[in-house]
Amino acid sequence: MPHHVKSQALSHLRICDFTGQLAGAGATKFMAAFGAEVIRIEDPSNHGRWDILRGMPPYVDDRRGPELGGPFNNHNVGKLGISLNIKTEKGRELFEQLVAISDCVTENFSSGVMRSWGYDYEALKQLKEDIIYVSNCGFGHSGPYEKFKTWGPIVQATSGLTMSSAIPDQPPAGWGYSYMDHTGAYFMAMAIMLAIHHRNRTGEGQYVDVAATEAALTLNGPVLLDYTVNGRPLRRDGYPDANHSVSPAMSPHNIYAAKPIPGSFDEAWIAIACRNDEDWHAMRDVLVADGCDWASNDAFGQLSGRMTAQEELDSNITEWCRRRDPFQSTEMLRAAGVPANPVQTPEQRIDQDVNSAESGLWPTIRQTEMGRVRVDGIPAHLSRTDWSMTRGAATLGEDNAYVYGDLLGLSQNEIDGLHEEGVI
Amino acid sequence: MTTTSNPLSMMALDDLRVLEIGDERGAWCGKLMADMGADVIKIEPPEGDPSRQYEPFVDDQPHHERSLYFWYYNTSKRSVVMDFDDQSNADAFMKLAQSADVIFDTATYDPVGRLGLDYHQIMSDNPGLIWCTITNFGFGSERDDEPHTDLTLAANGGFAWMNGYDDHSLPPVRGGGQQAYHTGSNYAFMTILTALLHRDATGLGQHINVNINASVNVTTEAGSYSWLVAHATVQRQTGRHAGVAPSMPSQIRCADGRYVNTGIPPRRPAEFGLVYRWLEEEGLLAELPEAALLLVGAELESFSLADVFSGDNEELLAIFGAGREAFDLLASKLTAYEFFTKAQNFGFQVGVIHSPEEALEDPHFVDRGMQVKVEHPELGREVVYPGAPYQLTKGSWGITRRPPLLGEHTDEVLAGLE
Repeated sequence: MPHHVKSQALSHLRICDFTGQLAGAGATKFMAAFGAEVIRIEDPSNHGRWDILRGMPPYVDDRRGPELGGPFNNHNVGKLGISLNIKTEKGRELFEQLVAISDCVTENFSSGVMRSWGYDYEALKQLKEDIIYVSNCGFGHSGPYEKFKTWGPIVQATSGLTMSSAIPDQPPAGWGYSYMDHTGAYFMAMAIMLAIHHRNRTGEGQYVDVAATEAALTLNGPVLLDYTVNGRPLRRDGYPDANHSVSPAMSPHNIYAAKPIPGSFDEAWIAIACRNDEDWHAMRDVLVADGCDWASNDAFGQLSGRMTAQEELDSNITEWCRRRDPFQSTEMLRAAGVPANPVQTPEQRIDQDVNSAESGLWPTIRQTEMGRVRVDGIPAHLSRTDWSMTRGAATLGEDNAYVYGDLLGLSQNEIDGLHEEGVI
Repeated sequence: MTTTSNPLSMMALDDLRVLEIGDERGAWCGKLMADMGADVIKIEPPEGDPSRQYEPFVDDQPHHERSLYFWYYNTSKRSVVMDFDDQSNADAFMKLAQSADVIFDTATYDPVGRLGLDYHQIMSDNPGLIWCTITNFGFGSERDDEPHTDLTLAANGGFAWMNGYDDHSLPPVRGGGQQAYHTGSNYAFMTILTALLHRDATGLGQHINVNINASVNVTTEAGSYSWLVAHATVQRQTGRHAGVAPSMPSQIRCADGRYVNTGIPPRRPAEFGLVYRWLEEEGLLAELPEAALLLVGAELESFSLADVFSGDNEELLAIFGAGREAFDLLASKLTAYEFFTKAQNFGFQVGVIHSPEEALEDPHFVDRGMQVKVEHPELGREVVYPGAPYQLTKGSWGITRRPPLLGEHTDEVLAGLE
């Protein structure tokens, strides 16, 4: 995998970047992997700690500190890092010079933070006529909840994603992580690139308001149309039922208990989905050959019968799945052409799945203080301008010499002076 | 405010022609492009895209023009029917490919192989063409001939391991709404835009190989980096982050039976003071004798959370416990929506757990225009669709036409080819 050749896809673009955590940082990480020059700005007065992930666990070894946090490194791979105190006069001057040579300004502060510094879109436009300014916050920059605060789980709760992740007669299971921090970042990256393409066509910049809750709301479309067209809410008896499938109707379709793997966790699970009668007939033959006479019951022969008898079907299939570990049962079903997969643990999917290795998904990068560490890569390859990741997140001010010196033309003496004054 | 989509102004991608040659896995990518103005031509087999047969249907009447699943994922697109087993279509397909800026496919229909065409010829005749292939395990992978669905991809790639309940006799939960497919399509659109910006600068197109399994794998936050960095494994917990170590519950049932996510309960001196004030406003101080501890907490100098988690400081633990009990008491007296809005007005990051339709009708999202009306003249109905995932102020999002009838645009598209 060509992970060491810098991509030329976006190398003509420079982003003046205030993003942090994952919801913002993930967007500019993607663009940096494709060669964009992302200049991440951090406040030296609190060692960049407005980003609460700086210094957070996990760690590669026993050392602790703001430069040693695994998540911060993971989300900021490939970006340049400078220190700049925007509350100082000189800090503002430097920021304004940087905006003037950038294509885009990005941030995911709470609504109103940039404005309170005097930098709304109109102000940024004064610094560079065609600047693109993209913000990403939970509820967006207008509306009744503009001042409400969010992080991933709150975005997921208020948009319907938490509720729609559940099994019947149980409270919401939700997402066991900030799915919408990842996915909010994806939509932010799309928005940045859409605005750049618009600028390429017209010469005009713009402001883009990304609200992660709204991006999330678009991810339950068929359920919403069932409500707006048929008047059928998802909040009804027996629903949500996320492991079964009614849209489209499939059965059997569930996550079943399997035999644990010795030496691993004391639970194991397998996902099985019969897309149609052909899949079921193939699965039935596997089951019958394994002594499950119940599977030949004609009542299960067609989808409508299986949908009606789902509970009985599930409990019979669980009995079969418990005979073997999920990898063994998966092999048997796959050989018959039936969709199945183990519910993989992180170790299984990262280190034992042939697909992870062949797609080069977990590149090893070097971060100045942490050393060599693996990170999330990009799940795609471009034939001409593929992505690369070689350096980890910048330590605080690691690229001050390049940005203030080479880009803004300051001498080393001037840079040292700014440092002493606490500006950078 | 309910907005009606307005296709009249310029849209960011209205300079692009896109061919969509795929199944349900790529339809979201096509919608994202079409709703930004791209002329997305969905090439369907004569019997129609399989998702036209997916539930739910309008008025529960199954019909290939009444699938709400198909409708949602195919707004703003045009439909062309083409039989790839009919060799006489080879010329028309070549011309379509020459007219396209972007082709994306899910390796389902293989027009190139079935029509006897040469992929390299297509790419060299149209050097600006961006061709994106979206498959389960990456085009050319040794696993790529396996059949899969959203569920089995979510299980393999790591979503399912992380979602579920404290009670591990209950199964892991997939997460509703075809999110494995969405995640693959999100990466397809992001990489297509990347290739587009490169083309804007150089005129050159290229091939993109998107892997859905890999997309799910890198959309798992701590699930992946806990293993990558520290070889630690997260475990699922009800309604909150899966963790290497168990954490406190963060989902409370309110007086109306609905739930809120309490996010991070009070943990700073000012927050202990605020929750005390909130109890006072609700007239609930008498019901919580521990409330006095909140006032003690409000007077504390700053302290380290490590002191709390170590468990050595009993007073701190009691203050934190009082904060949680205060939230529990307030929730038991308020509806989930009241708890959410009141907590947020006090500055707490709390979320009401809406069902999707409740979110669509929430005053905030209505105010921001998330209900978009689209005319369906054949049915004599105006249908409300969810709106824009991002608000561009120029070249902005819009549903330019209702989802296409099967083959609705075959004649006009083919007639337009030179």
